[in-house]
Amino acid sequence: MARELMKGNEAVAEAAVRAGLQAYFGYPITPQTELLEYLARRMPDLGRAFVQAESELGAINMVYGSACTGARVMTSSSSPGISLMLEGLSYIAGTEVPMVLVDVMRGGPGLGNIAPAQADYNQMVHGGGHGDYHQIVLAPANVQESIDLTILAFELAEKYRSIAVVLTDGALGQMMEPAELPPMMPLKTIYPEWAVRGAVGRERRFLSSIYLDPSEEEQANLRLARRWLTVQANEVRYKEYYLDDADFVVVGFGSAGRVALSAVRQARAEGIKVGLLRPITLSPFPEKILEELSRKVQGILVVEMNTGQMLDDVRAYTQNRVPIEFFARLGGIMPLGEEVLAEIRRMVQGPLTLTGHPRERWLARTEHLN
Amino acid sequence: MATTNTEVLEKAVYERPESFTEANTHYCPGCTHGVAHRLVAEVIDEMGIREKMIGVASVGCSVFAYNYFDFDFVQAPHGRAPAMATGVKRTLPDRVVMTYQGDGDLASIGAGEIVGAAARGENITVIFINNANYGMTGGQMAPTSLPGQKTSTSPNGRDVETMGYPIRAAEMLATLDGTSYVVRRSLHDSKNIRLAKKAIRSAFEAQVRGLGFSMVELLSVCPTNWGLSPLDSLDWLQDHMLPFYPLNDFKVHPAIAQLRF
Repeated sequence: MARELMKGNEAVAEAAVRAGLQAYFGYPITPQTELLEYLARRMPDLGRAFVQAESELGAINMVYGSACTGARVMTSSSSPGISLMLEGLSYIAGTEVPMVLVDVMRGGPGLGNIAPAQADYNQMVHGGGHGDYHQIVLAPANVQESIDLTILAFELAEKYRSIAVVLTDGALGQMMEPAELPPMMPLKTIYPEWAVRGAVGRERRFLSSIYLDPSEEEQANLRLARRWLTVQANEVRYKEYYLDDADFVVVGFGSAGRVALSAVRQARAEGIKVGLLRPITLSPFPEKILEELSRKVQGILVVEMNTGQMLDDVRAYTQNRVPIEFFARLGGIMPLGEEVLAEIRRMVQGPLTLTGHPRERWLARTEHLN
Repeated sequence: MATTNTEVLEKAVYERPESFTEANTHYCPGCTHGVAHRLVAEVIDEMGIREKMIGVASVGCSVFAYNYFDFDFVQAPHGRAPAMATGVKRTLPDRVVMTYQGDGDLASIGAGEIVGAAARGENITVIFINNANYGMTGGQMAPTSLPGQKTSTSPNGRDVETMGYPIRAAEMLATLDGTSYVVRRSLHDSKNIRLAKKAIRSAFEAQVRGLGFSMVELLSVCPTNWGLSPLDSLDWLQDHMLPFYPLNDFKVHPAIAQLRF
């Protein structure tokens, strides 16, 4: 199939359709709305379920009901809308039914703005909803990856009876790029043994997140924790650029990782031996490669569009073995390649330190923004 | 003779509906949830739709409704049953989908979801139990508590100046064009119980015919939290709830009005 010029949000929507999406429930919010609008036309044309819900609360609980039937189901939103969905996400995790969630992140907290940000990292990677659960989080950096990871999200969600999140942002959702879509996959016809579809000639089934007996809840928590070990062992994905001979490494995901790559390429042109690690799975996090790098390189620069939410994870996995620096733009502002290049040069020049906190040093350098 | 007596006794006149499990009830003595459950089960048996049923339990005393019904069930977060039912029904349009919700669940925390589902004309059936308080958490003021009614969170009686007015959910929802059948019935005596069963049957018939949203509001008693004996509770319902919550047909689709059971 030929590469076509596609908008990120619409590419994700069509990728979901081709992956066999049977039901979509959503609510308008910028910069995600094209996903809803695209599927409002496409799903009914194909005879598949589409509902514009009364709220994000409604949308996620429609997803919950549909997921209980074993169908391939998805919703999408942007940061404030995702906050409203957290109740439903916790119930869905507790009920162990698969679903795909697309979060097209925008500036926050609160109403914030509609420009790209990465400030939902903690909310998506470290829970969000109440209770003890993990969800798979995939972070594309271009339209093609948005397509590929949406399809992967459905496969992983069903494989592990888990929530799989495609974490994009306002830039990735709104940009147009040439990309290739896969062929249309057939809709599923075989449903798992837990699916609630009417007790025809079998015992009744019941799906819930309720375990009133604490020992049963403990068993459920253990089952989820053990399943997550398998996810961690099998599903870590990342992209590495120029790491073989790198003395320094930049770590960034999604749009920030993409900007960082152009800075790394410019630095290489200047003769600086720097590489890039771009996590694709933010959850499970690529901790092993990071640990290896921390024993090999002289310094790590973390670049994000938040105040260092992934930085905290990078610090945890590298155990202060290597000096870390941090750079970010916030509130809907994307970092420029030149800004990241300047940070790479600063790191290479040194002096680097293992004491103090990279976030505090970065904040001290932001005085000019006041 | 003894044998003759046995033969007479073996002629069952009252049986457990097929749609009921053999679980023992957890509801309090005198509670009308059991009556409402039984009416739903009898209607489902009579319509022969047990294998097509998917129930959506809510949060409240009826959180364990799934224990009693012998068909597929899911369990919704508090107030979200109409949204969850929407997801089930839109994915499996030929199944019969029911929510079973209390007044706090439907008219307070889930007010948005029930209005959304009714306005969209979701082809689901809602069994709405109105007992004028939050039963499960121990008798707090509900959106349906009457003016002046004493509850654990309105200890001096519901003062409408500061606590607002009760919601008449059936009247409100019947104004929406998406509804096909919205009525209020009561469970305080046998005549009204029979009328309630006919209404539940009508609501499911509306769904099976694809006519849109159907709801039966059932006035119910809560002896434990009202602090009354079961018998006194029935009187209290009659004396206090009926004047405020009139039993009426607020919306009946012409195709349902013609049905005779």
